[in-house]
Amino acid sequence: MDQETAFMTAVEPERERREEPVIPREETLGSPFLEKKVTLGARNVNVFYGDKQALFDVSIDIGRHQVTAFIGPSGCGKSTFLRCFNRMNDTIDGCRVEGGIRLDGEDIYAPGMDVVPLRARVGMVFQKPNPFPKSIYENVAYGPRLHGLVSNRAELDELVESSLQRAGLWDEVKDRLDAPGTGLSGGQQQRLCIARAIAIHPEVILMDEPCSALDPIATARVEELIDELRQRYTIVIVTHSMQQAARVSQRTAYFHMGRLVEVDKTDKIFTNPSHELTEAYITGRFG
Amino acid sequence: MTPSLIVAILLFLSLAGYWLGRRAVLGMASGDFRRLHSLPRYYGYYVALLTLLPALLLLVLWLSLDETVITRLVMVDLPPALTRQPEAETSLLLNDIRNLATGNIASGEAGPALRAAADHYRRLLQLSRMILPAAVLLLALGGIALGLKAIHPGHRARPAVERVIRWGLILSASIAILTTLGIVLSVLFEALRFFQKVPLTEFLFGLEWSPQIAIRTDQVGSSGAFGIAPLFAGTLMIAAIALLVAVPVGLLSAIYLGEFASRRVRAWVKPLLEILAGVPTVVYGFFAALVVAPMVRAAGEAFGLEVSSESALAAGLVMGVMIIPFVSSLSDDVINAVPRAMRDGSLAMGATHAETILRVVLPAALPGIVGGILLAASRAIGETMIVVMAAGVGARLTANPLESVTTITVQIVTLLVGDQEFDSPKTLAAFALGLVLFIATLLLNVLALRVVRKYREAYE
Amino acid sequence: MSKPKKSPIKRRAIHEAVEAGLERRRRRDRRLRRLGLAAILLGLGFLAFMFASIAVLGYGAFWQTRIQLEIHLDAGEIDPEGTRDPTRLAQADYPGLIKRALRERFPQVRKRRLKRQLYKLVSSGAAWELRNEVLANPALVGSRQKMWITADDDVDLWFKHPDLKEYRLSEAQQAWLRDLEQKGQMRKFFNTAFFRHGDSREPEQAGILGALTGSLYAILVTLGLSLPLGIAAAIYLEEFAPRNRWTDFIEVNINNLAAVPSIVFGLLGLAVFINILGMPRSAPLVGGLVLTLMTLPTLIIAGRAALKSVPPSIREAALGIGASRMQTVFHHVLPLAMPGMLTGTIIGMAQALGETAPLLMIGMVAFIVDVPQGMLDPATVLPVQIYLWADSPERAFLEKTAAAILVLLAFLVLMNLAAIWLRRKFEKKW
Repeated sequence: MDQETAFMTAVEPERERREEPVIPREETLGSPFLEKKVTLGARNVNVFYGDKQALFDVSIDIGRHQVTAFIGPSGCGKSTFLRCFNRMNDTIDGCRVEGGIRLDGEDIYAPGMDVVPLRARVGMVFQKPNPFPKSIYENVAYGPRLHGLVSNRAELDELVESSLQRAGLWDEVKDRLDAPGTGLSGGQQQRLCIARAIAIHPEVILMDEPCSALDPIATARVEELIDELRQRYTIVIVTHSMQQAARVSQRTAYFHMGRLVEVDKTDKIFTNPSHELTEAYITGRFG
Repeated sequence: MTPSLIVAILLFLSLAGYWLGRRAVLGMASGDFRRLHSLPRYYGYYVALLTLLPALLLLVLWLSLDETVITRLVMVDLPPALTRQPEAETSLLLNDIRNLATGNIASGEAGPALRAAADHYRRLLQLSRMILPAAVLLLALGGIALGLKAIHPGHRARPAVERVIRWGLILSASIAILTTLGIVLSVLFEALRFFQKVPLTEFLFGLEWSPQIAIRTDQVGSSGAFGIAPLFAGTLMIAAIALLVAVPVGLLSAIYLGEFASRRVRAWVKPLLEILAGVPTVVYGFFAALVVAPMVRAAGEAFGLEVSSESALAAGLVMGVMIIPFVSSLSDDVINAVPRAMRDGSLAMGATHAETILRVVLPAALPGIVGGILLAASRAIGETMIVVMAAGVGARLTANPLESVTTITVQIVTLLVGDQEFDSPKTLAAFALGLVLFIATLLLNVLALRVVRKYREAYE
Repeated sequence: MSKPKKSPIKRRAIHEAVEAGLERRRRRDRRLRRLGLAAILLGLGFLAFMFASIAVLGYGAFWQTRIQLEIHLDAGEIDPEGTRDPTRLAQADYPGLIKRALRERFPQVRKRRLKRQLYKLVSSGAAWELRNEVLANPALVGSRQKMWITADDDVDLWFKHPDLKEYRLSEAQQAWLRDLEQKGQMRKFFNTAFFRHGDSREPEQAGILGALTGSLYAILVTLGLSLPLGIAAAIYLEEFAPRNRWTDFIEVNINNLAAVPSIVFGLLGLAVFINILGMPRSAPLVGGLVLTLMTLPTLIIAGRAALKSVPPSIREAALGIGASRMQTVFHHVLPLAMPGMLTGTIIGMAQALGETAPLLMIGMVAFIVDVPQGMLDPATVLPVQIYLWADSPERAFLEKTAAAILVLLAFLVLMNLAAIWLRRKFEKKW
């Protein structure tokens, strides 16, 4: 049986349509819930790898056209949680997600929900740049072709160009669109992956430590880019660099051992955290 | 004394050498291990090896060379009238002498000179067989003495023993080289002899193959019946049919097992599919000839087609099934080697499983898959039993898979099975075909391995 | 940096496009999945079909038809002097006794032509069986015994397969057989001859013992040579060999040898062992040597993989307490790698056991009746026996062939099970 369908049958029928935010059993400090402009809403999310529980009762809202950063020591479940938003966890054997996640009010784990349109709406950028072994052009054109977004070559050319421009890569590669994407430098590859993701105009872009494999200069370029992209996209970024979270995000969520400890405006978290664990982490006592 | 008895005595002596060496060095160190350079048993090994190896070497050399030496000695003493003859005559003469010496009947009448030579031969052989055990055993005893003399508590026995073992290991590893060398030389030499009788160009470009004509010695190969083209065509046709079966089926199986099947299904189905590769080819041959060929024929006749009972199609189909596991396990390897990040990247774009496989995984794995197909092709070309049993022997230049064709391997078997003179052009032709087969499969392999390695490097 | 252009498409259009194409894309997804499943079912189905048809064809060969006759072991015929001397007993006219018994059973048969047909009902080997019976039990002489006599292969076929269109039996013969059958004087027995005889021109007398013995000798030679050589070569290449051109060359060589068609090894054996070294044709020793050369690369590759799977920490630990490299390998690494090596060896031996083509080259295809007594006796092996029988025109050899295949497959299954068992048992988790 295919993992995705296997997952769908395993989904609990109690996947509720509760409108009211449920208060987590473990109190999350700060302000996990937003009044308005909510793109993604997660309620009481538990994730299991086989028998092992990786996430405990996580509830949080992600605000529209904002950058939300997930921070925390490694193994705290921040990446696992991120992969719940586009159901990439479905591809992992033995991974089970409980609880509810809504994208614009629509339950993405509802039975009958197809992951294909979901992932077209929620794009993802990975830790290590992973361009396909194709030309730069083909990398960007991959999504539009897949989803049948363009009807002719001219439209596709235009779409590829605009995506590369938005990713700030156009000027660097416009003369060698037929060169393999794997031949670019690490930072360029990562921006190519961002261009690839935004070519299909997702509402949300998930970024899983997008700069951890990059040098400082490339990192700065990508961070700049993230800030620009905020105009049009809702961005969730997982990072192990507190400075990065401070630089690019408006809200920050601190995870610890599978639990969401505290969520708040980024300046609040970094200047006046409510939880002692958060404070310990940002002052570098562990992590 | 028979050689096996000598070997037994040698083994016993080396055992004794082990015991003596161990005891001697322990005695010298007055039982104190710590004063020895190596553990006591290494001194034992040292003496035992010195006892065994030189003596064994002598035994083997003596046994393999003594007849040649004796023959030389006998030939020197023969009257010049008998020795000044063409080579063939001389070897016949030698045969007679040997036969006389062992009490068999010689071919011609035995003259007095011949009898004398035979007597001489017999005496020398007896002498040799008498000296041999004495010499070998003496050498073994000398080995013991030398070993015992060499060892003392400071003697570096372990490194010495380890050096010998190491050389043994190196020799074993070199057997592979010797085998290759043996194949190349034996096949090449016989093939060259063939090409002296049949010109290379005719062999490579001739359009007709009927080696039967050349049986008559007065007509050696000059009839132009050794053209390899029809064999090549037949081989390629059957291999192509086999690949047409094996590549899609193998590739799709690999895709299903690797990307769609649950772990439990995979754990069961994979070994089951691999049984296909473990079934002896003679079984496939039997099945192809007795079950598949009649079925193909009946099916063809139902459509009003004329199908030979030894059609290329039947042999190719069965061969295709045989190589399914090659294609599927090699494809499985290369598909698994495509990094997970690539798959995730595609799935995260909203691609379906099938789209991810067809547009990202397969193109990325393509070089590896091509390598696998090349390997499978080399298998198909070299496969013998299926075609020997299910394909024809008549060489025919045709593009119709329903007709009977023959292959290189089938011809090698038909040329060599049965009693022939080793020198007949028929036999030599088999070696020439073997050479072609060897070169073809070798090229395919080298190419395939290179492609696969390049591909692996790209992802490691 | 140039100013980003406005995107050419709107999000709503994208949603619609994705939704519109979804059904088609999911269909394609399912199609690929079904194709994959079909491919697997095709492969497995073929396997099942092949095994089933061979089993159906070969099952009959394990049974043998016999006819019950009352034989008068006339003392005057067998042993007129009454000495019961074995050499005298052995020379008696047993075929005559059987013929007489047949005449007595069917007294109505008078014509000479019909009598000859009558005699053809029993196997030509039956007299020999009777002789052995008498030699084993001389007390039988003089008595009348009801004995089950091996029938001819055509009778066997008639009895086992009543639905064939044609038999090589006349109407009269079939009438006699029906009579025997009705009186319960024809029965199927377990075919011990199949396991106790060598090859024969008479299908009902042909057996696989000769071929099995030949296979056993050849495999013993192969195992005895390739196991130590393979292990030694693997140890050298994996543990000691310096990385230089020579060892690279050896490695490439081994990989290429593993893919050389087996028939080429047969050519090598013919040229080197038989032609140059003058070893006897058809001998299991030569067969074993050829199979050794053929399986050695496989063994070396498997051995190296087994050695490679032993973690370096074990070597470091041994070297760290002062063992020499040789001691490290022989005391620590080799014992741990041994199960893997043995698994590879068993699989290599299974391959060698099923190999046919190279043995054809060195003359192991001769028709040999006697069971070989040694490594140098002319012999054949089981796969070659299958090949020979498959070529025989008699219908009765068809089921023999299939039965021999079943025996061969049984051995291979046993060997592979042993390999799997070994792997499971010693599977190490580091």
